[in-house]
Amino acid sequence: MIVAGIEPKAEMVHWWFATGILVLGLLLVAEVVVGPEVWARRPWRLYLWPGLCFLLGVLMWPVMALYTNSMIHMVAHGSWAQVLMLTGGAELGVVRGKLHSQYWRLTSVVALLVSGTAFIVHEQNGWYFARAAFLHHALGWTLIVAAVFPLAQALRPRSVVAASGFALTFFVVAVLLFCDRDSAAIFGHFSTFAGVPHR
Amino acid sequence: MSADYAHARVGQTEREPVARAAVSTRARVVLAIGPATALGGIAWALLQPWRLTLLHPFGEGFWWLLAEPPLYVVLVGVLFRLLIAPGLVQDIEEAS
Repeated sequence: MIVAGIEPKAEMVHWWFATGILVLGLLLVAEVVVGPEVWARRPWRLYLWPGLCFLLGVLMWPVMALYTNSMIHMVAHGSWAQVLMLTGGAELGVVRGKLHSQYWRLTSVVALLVSGTAFIVHEQNGWYFARAAFLHHALGWTLIVAAVFPLAQALRPRSVVAASGFALTFFVVAVLLFCDRDSAAIFGHFSTFAGVPHR
Repeated sequence: MSADYAHARVGQTEREPVARAAVSTRARVVLAIGPATALGGIAWALLQPWRLTLLHPFGEGFWWLLAEPPLYVVLVGVLFRLLIAPGLVQDIEEAS
């Protein structure tokens, strides 16, 4: 059921999540620049990105419950909610000292792989159907490829390349989400079945 | 001043400018992250002014007036510069 007129459009929800993911990206880039020791000098800073990640997972549940275009959309949104909360929760546990293994970073690998797969699977149209379809495919493959960065971090926690790649992934995802429109052309392509195009 | 201490001091003074330059570079990068993000948002608003419904608000609904993505980017940059960057720069200097 979609409560037309009351609910914000899907593209707006993408922009709000893009904003949250942009914040995650800035925090991770700043941590790479200053190094983990400086970053940890104020304990509250350690909680920022895991806390925000967990919050984004919580906020994904209303998206799942309210944007019920199709069953597969619900499954995709529900899986994002779960893996965001899993990653955020695991990182919070590490920060708090409840969890100790460096391999908890593998939850980020799971999150990226599940999220990427969900993006690709729940997009029913081809790449050039419309901009939204293109972006869903691009986001899916970006996340799947980017899973290599947290995997490298789990194996080599002090790798700057892996940390930088992980941080930049969030920027790319934020940009792609900000580009989303419900019905717009992509590189001059726009299916006649995709509705009325707008800028 | 003992020879050991003197040697240590000489080595320290030789390293100090390099270390200070690295610290100031890192501090400058941290201070630049927020403004660079905000500039990105401003550039986006200039390139696609129709994405800001506040510029033509008549007839727009609540959600369209709330959804101003270029302003979100600017806001994120400003908040990062005001809330996160100052403490980080202070900690960089203290850690060095």
